[in-house]
Parts: sequence; structure tokens; C-alpha cells
Amino acid sequence: MNRVAVTGLGLVCALGNNVSECWTRLTAGETGIRQLRDPGSPPYKFQVGAEAWYFDAAEHFSEKDLLMLERFAQLAVVAAREAILQSGLSFDGELADRFAVITGSSVGGQFSEEEGYRRLYRENMPRVGPLTIPRTMSNAGASRITLEFGIHGPAYTVSTACSSSNHAIGQAFWMIRSGQVTAALAGGSEAVFAEGLIRAWEAMRVVSPDVCRPFSADRRGLSLGEGAGMVVLENWEHARARGAEILGEIAGFGMSSDAHHITQPCAEGAVKAMRWALKDGQVAPEEIGYINAHGTGTQANDVTETQAIRAVFSENADRLLVSSTKSMHGHTLGAAGAIEAAATLLALKHGVIPPTANFTCPDPACNLNVVANQPCAARIDAALSNTFAFGGLNATLVMRRSENGRI
Amino acid sequence: MPEHAEPDDLSAHVIRVIAQTQRIPQESISVDSTFEELKIDSLDGINIIFAIENEFGLNIPDEGVQNMRSIRDTVEGVRRLLAEQKQAVPPGAA
Repeated sequence: MNRVAVTGLGLVCALGNNVSECWTRLTAGETGIRQLRDPGSPPYKFQVGAEAWYFDAAEHFSEKDLLMLERFAQLAVVAAREAILQSGLSFDGELADRFAVITGSSVGGQFSEEEGYRRLYRENMPRVGPLTIPRTMSNAGASRITLEFGIHGPAYTVSTACSSSNHAIGQAFWMIRSGQVTAALAGGSEAVFAEGLIRAWEAMRVVSPDVCRPFSADRRGLSLGEGAGMVVLENWEHARARGAEILGEIAGFGMSSDAHHITQPCAEGAVKAMRWALKDGQVAPEEIGYINAHGTGTQANDVTETQAIRAVFSENADRLLVSSTKSMHGHTLGAAGAIEAAATLLALKHGVIPPTANFTCPDPACNLNVVANQPCAARIDAALSNTFAFGGLNATLVMRRSENGRI
Repeated sequence: MPEHAEPDDLSAHVIRVIAQTQRIPQESISVDSTFEELKIDSLDGINIIFAIENEFGLNIPDEGVQNMRSIRDTVEGVRRLLAEQKQAVPPGAA
């Protein structure tokens, strides 16, 4: 089995337009959850979110390109460009056929879909824009990436709500490990601030009217966020042979389904995902030093995740550092796994754990070693990143630190 | 001076809609331009048809779209449909 190196990272979210900007704010404990630009009419029940505040599509795309690319696809492409540029890979040889693109998205191009419905049902116009289909399709970002870079290998998009991009990264990891492809771009993107989708989240009654405060006793729900995260994964020996900087390693991946309830989480499913990921990576629980938690800030998730972590790590659980970076970049749904995997890899690389921002008061039901508000210097060797989706679909990644190719 | 004939009002109107839809300068389009020269592919084509339908209040049949490969084809198609529309007896007029 091949080892799998990470040789490129790309990020766009409420914290910035690239990895450097996002990492600076992540480690400053700076939250990107702020007053929404559009308050809604009548006003939405929640008025805060983590929009990609610094993102200006016109800086990255021609007007013609923008006709074809929805916001979620734009975010995907910009993060992909950063990750591929950092990897130093090019696709003019046989790698083009041996490179995969696997993206995650929960809802695809909502803005175009809603625009179509607006014309049909509000304006009574019988015609919908002819680019609605290519703009809304969930694989629009993946497809554009293949077109832009001339990539001819396997490419597809995974949609498993909030676990989408962990599933995408895990699948790409397995494809490289088994030798199906040499390298892959994997991750996800989401653009959630479309009116209909905001109303749908409002109706779910899980969004906090305040900023999200994962694991804090006074938490009132999640904060929605938009963004994209992409990683370039590569056959370890291939990366070594070309002298690429190895930023970290994907070591294991585990999945499970709760088969319990369509929205209520259950600890058993989360336990299984973490255990399978550790087993898959042949990593012992005591080797894990940090967990980037799913940590949505809802009452149900944070308690359930705490129980699951305690079940998997037993006496080691007290020693584990845990944070939820959703407190800063928001819950980016289909992009969450990828943005958080990037945060986890950067934490391993730099020896700094990004905190759980907005934390005010410990909750006895969430009695984990939560890194609260301030970053924490910690040189750790291996970490987990959890995603638990509505529908009970769980996906956990295990990552390892690398010192430029050496473990 | 370009070699093509000066566009009439309808041609100029169609060219304006195509330029806006394609995000290209109006001056880069003449009545003699083909879609191929303007790098208008089939997907661009349906987007242009959509804009023209909205602009002129037309319903362009699918088979009519296949024949539009140049600005002139498009202008003549629009001219014909507008004429047909004018001749049609408005509902309730009798």
C-alpha cells in the first residue's frame, strides 16, 4: 500500500482568500462570524454568519467565466488553484490521466436555482436561464478544475451534507493508497447564503442567533459559513522523487452511518467512524494528540461528540487537545471537512493548535480538554478531524505530521 | 471603415444583445460575423437565444436555433419571427 503525502493546500473562507491569511486568523482566535451583509426581508431570525468577506470573484475570473460559475464553484476553483500551485504539479504528461479530482458539496449552486424559481413563481416568467443546469450542478467546481488544468483522470463530486468533503478526501486518499491514481485534488466548497437556503436553515432551528460557541455551556447553535478547502494528495514516493515539500500525511480514513435518526446524532456512529479511521491508519488512540472536532455548537452535537471521543480514547481523552475551528470559519457544510482538514494539517505542521473561539463557559456535558480562545503550542504527531452529517453519515480522517518528507 | 454593410436598427439591436450576453465589445461584432469567429459555442448560443427571446418577446422554436450560425442568420430569424408575430391575429381581437 502506498503512503499518501499532502503536497498542496488551498483555502478560501470568512478568514481570508488563501492559506496564509486563514492560518493567521485561525491562530489568532479571530472569528469570521459577523453581521450578515443582507439581513433578509423580513429579517432572518439569525443575523450573523461567516461569509467569505474578502472574496471578490472579479479578481479571479473574467466576466464570461462568471456567467458559467456559481459562487460555490468559484470558491472551489480558487482554492484548487492555490493547492495545485503549491504542489508544483503540472498535467502535461501522463499524470493528467493519473490524477483525480474529487470534490464535496452539500447543495451545489443554490443561487441559480433560486433565481430560476424566482422567475417562475414570483415573476410568473415561464422561462428559466439556460445556464441554470451547468451552474447548479454539484460537480460544476470539479468539472471547471479539470477543464482549467487539463486533468483527464477520475473526477466526481460527493454529496453527503456536512461530511461531503471528508468523504471526498477519504476517497481520494484510498485511491492513491491502492495505486488507482498517482495524485489527487480533493476537498469541497459551499456557498450557503442564498435566501431560500437561509430560510430553510432558519426553519431547522439549529442556527445560533449569536456567534457559535462550540462546547461552551451557553452555546445556542451553529453559525453558517461559506468557503472552500482543497488538498493535493500524492503518492509519497512520487512526491519524494520530485523533491516536493511534504506538508503532512493522510494516514487513515473511517466512515459509518448511524442508521438512527435523520437529524439527531448518535455517539455510536461517531465512535465507529473514529475507530475505523484509526484502524485504517494503523494508528493507536494514544498517538493522537489533537482532534479538530465536528463541534458545530449545537446542544446535541457537542454532547454526543464528547461521549464518542471519551468512548474511543478512554483514559487518553483527558490529555487530548480538542478544538472546533467552526467557531471562526463557521459551519461550511460541504466544505467543512476540507477546511478543517487543512486546519488540522497546518496545526501538525506548525505545532500550533487553533482554538475554539467565542468560548465563555465550560459545560460539564462537554468535559473535553477544549483549547479555548487562545491558540496553544503543541508539537503533536497525529490528529483526527471529524465530520458528522445530517442523515447520520460520519467521516473521520487521521493525519500525521511530516518534517519535509520524514516522519 | 469595415467592409460589411452598416447594420440596420434591428441588426444593431441584436448585436447589442449578443455583445451584452457574451461580455464582448459591440464593435467586435458585425452582421457578417459567424458564431465560430466570435467563439460562440453551442452553450453560448442557447444563452444568446434566451436573451433575444426576452428582449424581443419572442418564442424561438428549437429547430430554428439549429440554423443560427451567424449574426446575419440570427437577425433574419428574429426579423421573420417578429413579422409572423405581427401578422398573427391577437387573441380576442376578432
